[in-house]
Amino acid sequence: MYNERVMKEFQNPQNVGEMADANAVGTVGNASCGDIMKIYMKIENNIIEDVSFQTFGCAAAIATSSVATSLIKGKTVEEALKITNAQVVDELGGLPAQKLHCSVLAEEAIKAAVNDYLTRYVAENK
Amino acid sequence: MKRIYLDHSATTPVDEEVLQKMLPYFTGKFGNANSMHGFGQEGAYAVDESRRKIASLIGAKPNEIYFTSGGTEADNWAIKGMALKMREKGNHVITSSIEHAAIMSSCAQIAKEYGFEITYLPVDGNGLVRPEDLRAAITDKTVLVSIMLANNEIGTIQPIKELAEIAHEKGIYFHTDAVQAVGSIPVSVTDLGVDLMSFSAHKFYGPKGVGVLYIHGGVKPTKLMTGGHQERTMRGGTTNVPGVVGMAAALEKAVNNLDENYVYIKKLRDKFVERVINEIPYAIYNGDKEKRLPQNANFAFEFIEGESILMSLDLAGIACSSGSACSSGSLEPSHVLLATGLPIEKAHGSIRFSFGRDNTEEEVDYVVDKLKEIVCKLRAMSPLFCEIKGETKNV
Repeated sequence: MYNERVMKEFQNPQNVGEMADANAVGTVGNASCGDIMKIYMKIENNIIEDVSFQTFGCAAAIATSSVATSLIKGKTVEEALKITNAQVVDELGGLPAQKLHCSVLAEEAIKAAVNDYLTRYVAENK
Repeated sequence: MKRIYLDHSATTPVDEEVLQKMLPYFTGKFGNANSMHGFGQEGAYAVDESRRKIASLIGAKPNEIYFTSGGTEADNWAIKGMALKMREKGNHVITSSIEHAAIMSSCAQIAKEYGFEITYLPVDGNGLVRPEDLRAAITDKTVLVSIMLANNEIGTIQPIKELAEIAHEKGIYFHTDAVQAVGSIPVSVTDLGVDLMSFSAHKFYGPKGVGVLYIHGGVKPTKLMTGGHQERTMRGGTTNVPGVVGMAAALEKAVNNLDENYVYIKKLRDKFVERVINEIPYAIYNGDKEKRLPQNANFAFEFIEGESILMSLDLAGIACSSGSACSSGSLEPSHVLLATGLPIEKAHGSIRFSFGRDNTEEEVDYVVDKLKEIVCKLRAMSPLFCEIKGETKNV
């Protein structure tokens, strides 16, 4: 059902876990749909210095979380906002049709975390 | 890598002795059982023998056994055939909310295309239908009740005899889907008192592609499969002679060894359940503890999702199945678990393990050890688990 790349990423996901000193957190999805993605970021000087995730979901949800967080590590906030679900799917070499929503969730989780950062930034600099 | 099969409710391997009995009917004795010549008569004789054998093993008469392509066809025939036959009398069918998809979709079809009203009886937290609910649901338009004997996901065994009596008091026909039960627990149509019963060979170490609809003498559902004169003109289509021979041989072996297999498989299952309950926190044992198939164990592992557990077990060589929506491609998780009142997020994290006669205690230990590692690893990734972790150490 999944290609080797997806299975490899699922078995050995990168950037897993809570981040104590995160200054941006985004959570999307809900348990009743079977998917929750929570992305933590440490952003300094507009650069995503560190990123991690916690995911409740299927193998595809875990693999997309891993790939999406790897894609934005070290990138600027603007670059991270340009990441699309299609890029996440490409990076994984494809996903089964019924699993494409996982990649959408990853894109949304990144945006949610960045928005959290921007909201805090605006609040702090008022 | 060592491979362990714990998905016997999905299908079983064909027993070697059963296969040997089937093989001649693919080659030397290949005749069409409907042909008048010697080749055909060899097949016809084997089918008659098999029909007699199967009938006696379930307490039926030979002319009450109708061979089909499997459990799904038998269920379709029972529901649609009886509904269409009885539509002049009434347009109400009663079933349960935890039936197999073959029953569910047949009921949905007669509702949509023939205007039937369907009552889906609720179940209690263990998956049991309450007889009083059936009694209350019956109207003067009710023509058929169909309740499964044992559930495919949680193994709950229904009080079919009592339910059938309630239907019969009102002169209503009763069908049971016994696909999961036949070969695992004692099943007799006379003891149960049912009018129709579906079962399938590949669930008891027989071949795929062959099943039976038992139809009590005098009951006449409308034909679903029209064609030749097979099955006393009730079901057209060239008889699957090797399949029928295999089904009879497999059922004979299953029934003859039923007590021994029941005790052995139940012992494995009970050991597994005990270890999981004792060693994996936040594991909910779904289904009834007592009124349950010996092979079935179904757990919800809280805070994680079923498909990721299933895939991780598969990578460790362990095959089981999931009530998760993600493994089925739909968005809703198991309708069975939801009907028992299990919250949706817990239904997403449910896994079925179904044991067989070839499993061993060592395999049970290996699976529990792997399962512990996997659940732990996935929980470490879960934002839901993180939220409650403060109060639980060493999980």
